[in-house]
This record gives sequence, structure tokens and C-alpha cells, in this order.
Amino acid sequence: MSVFQALYLVAAALFILALKWMSAPATARRGVISGELGMLLAVIGTLMRHEVVNYQWIVVALLIGAAIGVPLAVLMPMTAVPQRTAISQACGALASALIGTAEYYHRHPTGFIMAALAIEILLGFLTFTASLMAFGKLHEILPSRPITYKGQNFVNLGLFVVAAGIGVTLVINPHQAGLFPAFVVLALTFGVLLIIPIGGADMPTVIALLNSYAGLSASAMGFALDNKLLIIAGALDGSSGLILSIIMCRAMNRSFANVLFGAFGQLQTSAAATEARPVRSASAEEAALILEDARSVVVIPGYGMAVAQAQHKIRELYDILTKRGVDVRFAIHPVAGRMPGHMNVLLAEADVPYDKLVEMDDINSDMAMTDVVLIVGANDIVNPAAQNDPASPIAGMPILNAYKARTVMIIKRGMSAGFAGIDNELYYLPNTLMLFGDARVFVSSLVKEVAATTNA
Amino acid sequence: MNYEFGLYVFMLAAFLGFELIRRVSPLLHTPLMSLTNAIASISVVGAILISGEEHASLLSRVLGFIAVVAATTNLVSGYLITDRMLKMFRKREPKKK
Repeated sequence: MSVFQALYLVAAALFILALKWMSAPATARRGVISGELGMLLAVIGTLMRHEVVNYQWIVVALLIGAAIGVPLAVLMPMTAVPQRTAISQACGALASALIGTAEYYHRHPTGFIMAALAIEILLGFLTFTASLMAFGKLHEILPSRPITYKGQNFVNLGLFVVAAGIGVTLVINPHQAGLFPAFVVLALTFGVLLIIPIGGADMPTVIALLNSYAGLSASAMGFALDNKLLIIAGALDGSSGLILSIIMCRAMNRSFANVLFGAFGQLQTSAAATEARPVRSASAEEAALILEDARSVVVIPGYGMAVAQAQHKIRELYDILTKRGVDVRFAIHPVAGRMPGHMNVLLAEADVPYDKLVEMDDINSDMAMTDVVLIVGANDIVNPAAQNDPASPIAGMPILNAYKARTVMIIKRGMSAGFAGIDNELYYLPNTLMLFGDARVFVSSLVKEVAATTNA
Repeated sequence: MNYEFGLYVFMLAAFLGFELIRRVSPLLHTPLMSLTNAIASISVVGAILISGEEHASLLSRVLGFIAVVAATTNLVSGYLITDRMLKMFRKREPKKK
């Protein structure tokens, strides 16, 4: 066994430890260090290999990559984490697709290696454009609504079949090099078409799925290059992305096929135009009085909190209420926000202790004993229609049982429907108070009101 | 090369991945995703091999160069932001600014 192979072996073990330590907040940072060390050993081992003789361009490229990567990580605001993940994913997928392309022209592979390369290139290029599209939608350069047209699924499926067909042809007859550019173009196009019908609220599932594809592409590269480290690291990433997207799908009670081809939220918008029903609204002063008298408060954040950048003001409210002896906790729905765990990161950024962030299954049983539920920028994840109305588009989706609380307060800009485009009966319940206004502005006036009585 | 052996390695790693990820608290799903995203930048190994080869064609060199830049961007930003996120997760007594 040569030195680089020993380093690869240690690197593989370090990646496995990285994921193991990632399971709990107390050891998670050790996991990152382990992952970094593994990557360092992998790079050093590769540079030591006797096949590698030209260093100058590699060093230049490593420096350029680091020069782009550091600001991308350090300057990005936490609310932009989903976008950053998407763009970083696009880079990784592009790298593996380009390596596959270079290998194809350089080695003229056949048989098993060609099959591995075809998978690597297909997944690499489609993940590249799909991640760029996801970035565009998350960053709102592109409309985050799903865009659908007639026969869309037919076009997408047809395109994929043609691409796969060309891939198989290239494996059987690798000398038809003329087909190769067509294969690349089809893979790139498929990535774009795949994301067009996906709406903003489905992004957690899709980002996780793309993460899985990027890993599988790296794994396929491992088969093509006969490199076990690549196979292992790629497989770990592939299974991690897959399991996260399964968790996201379950949290919405939908299937993969439904997320990818269902174009949620487009068809239902017409049904949202119901008659205006009366709602009770309250001012910041009235709401503050109710909060002060409460013994237990549960805050339910949603994507609206991220948009309004309200997390820091919410932490101030948390601080001042906790000081008055109110038990304040946060209920986190798995698909709240735009990527798995999005709300946790934002609240942690605002210095909310993480043991106050409670998962849906653990807090739902406490809802009936909760005095006040304060909903900030969430909608579908608290809509009782998921439980009561079998005809609702979100029927069967697990929700946070906010309606069971003694008082429900909802901070909202206006009466518009949520992402799924359906009305929320929670707004019309007798124990619901609507707090109309921008989330950040409203929460800060709540803080002021509570502070005024605390000091008096 | 022995493909069968590679497929076994893949299968075992995939199952191991499933078991490890299932235990990760939903609290940490975002940093987990950026960590696995950073680990996927292991493709930098392939990129270095392609661009460092002695008899590489111009095409290989150009593609390899871009691939090293892209993979390193993914690698560096992925690890740095994961660590930045995890630093924010504190249990009690948040520090006052």
C-alpha cells in the first residue's frame, strides 16, 4: 500500500466520523474539523501521487477557488444560507461533470468505466443547472412561483429518456463521439426544466435531493477512476441527501413524484378567492398585555420571519418575556423555511438557546396547555385544514396544532393566502387574534410595550 | 479493476450513511447539509488528477483547471459556513452583545 492510499483510507474514516459527530450539537464542531482534516489528507495524498506532475496550474486553481470560497462563506448573511448551499452545490456538480468530460475525451473509455462516466456526467451537469435554477429562485432573481405548462411532465420525461438513451448508446458504442455533446446539452437542459415547476416551499426537498445527486455523481467518478475514497464520500453524501429529502416529503405527507411533478400551489390559487369572513385583530398594546399575562408562550416561525429578518427582534421578545417568568419555547416544523433546519439556524444566529427549539412531535402534545401561540410568518404548517378537510390540497400534512392553544396570535402583512394558495381557517377561529403588520416592526413594538410595563 | 468490489464498497457506505444521518437531530439539518455538501467536493481529487497529468491535452487541462477552481470553491465555502453556523448553536445563557 502506497502512502497516498493510506491517506485516503484515513480520510474515508474521518468523513464517517464527521457525520457521526454531526448528530448532536455538542460534538458537531468536532465533526466539521474531522471533515476538514479528511479533505486535507485527501488533497495532500492526491498531490503526492506520481501521476501528478504539473503543479503550477493546480496551485493557481486551488488559490482561486479559496479566494471565491472564503467570501462566499464569511460574508453571506444567515438568511441566505439556502442560496449559498445551492450555489456551492452547483460548483461541486460542475466539477465532477467537467472531470467526467475530460476523462471521456482523454481516455476513450469503454464498458463499465464508460457507464460510470455517463452517470457521472449526466448527474453532474443536471445538478449544475438545477442548482443554479434553485439559486435563482431562492434569491428571487427568478420567480419563486412554480411555472407550469401543458404537457410539461411529458416533455421532461421524454427529454430524460432521450438523454438516458444516448448514454446507453455511448456505453455500447463509445466511438460515436458525435453524440457526446448532445448528451451534455440534454443533461444541462433537463436540469433547468426539472426546477421550473418547483415552488419556493418545496425547495427544502429539492435542495436535499440535488445534494444527493451531487454525491452520487462523485461516487460514479470513484468507479470511473477506481478510487474508493470517492466512492465512499460520494455514497455518504448521496444517502444523506436522499434521507433528508424523504424526511421533508414525510413532513408534507407527499411523495417524491408529487414534489417533482406535482407543481404544488399552481392549481389551487383559484380556490383561494373565498368570501371575506370577519377576523378579530389586535394592536401591539393589546397583544403585549395578553403575552405578559401568559404563563407559557410558543412561537411558531415560518419563512416570513426570514423574509422580514425578524429573528433578532423575536429573541428580544423571548428575553424580556423570560425575564418576567413566562415560559417561551419555539415550535419548529420540519419544512418551515427554504431548506431543512432553516429556522433553527436563524434563531441560533439570533442567540436563542437551542434547547428552546422544539420539534413538532415533541411540542404538539403541549399545545392544549399553552396560553399563547405566536405565529410569525408561517401559514400552511399551522392550517387545521390539513386535519379537518380531506379535500384540501394539504390534507394529511402533519401540522403544528396551534389552534389548540388558548389564544392564537398571527403576525401577518395582510389576508393573502399561503404558499399552497389555500385559505387558513385558523384566522377565523374565535380564539385567534390577527396582528397586522411587518413581522419585524410588529415584534419590536411588542418588545417596547412589554418593556414599558416591566419597568413601570 | 474489480468493479464488484467497488459496488460492495458503495453499498456499505450508502447504508452507513443512512444509519448515521437518521440520528442527526433535525435541529442540525442545515449544517448537516452544508457539511455533506462540502464532503461531496471530494471530486477535487479527480480534478487534481486530471489537471496534473503529464500528457494531458489542452482540453483536459482547461476542464481540469475549471474543475479544481469549482471544487475548491465548494470545499472552502462549505466547511467555513458549516463551522460558522455551528458556532451559533449555544445551549443556555446566550452571550449579550
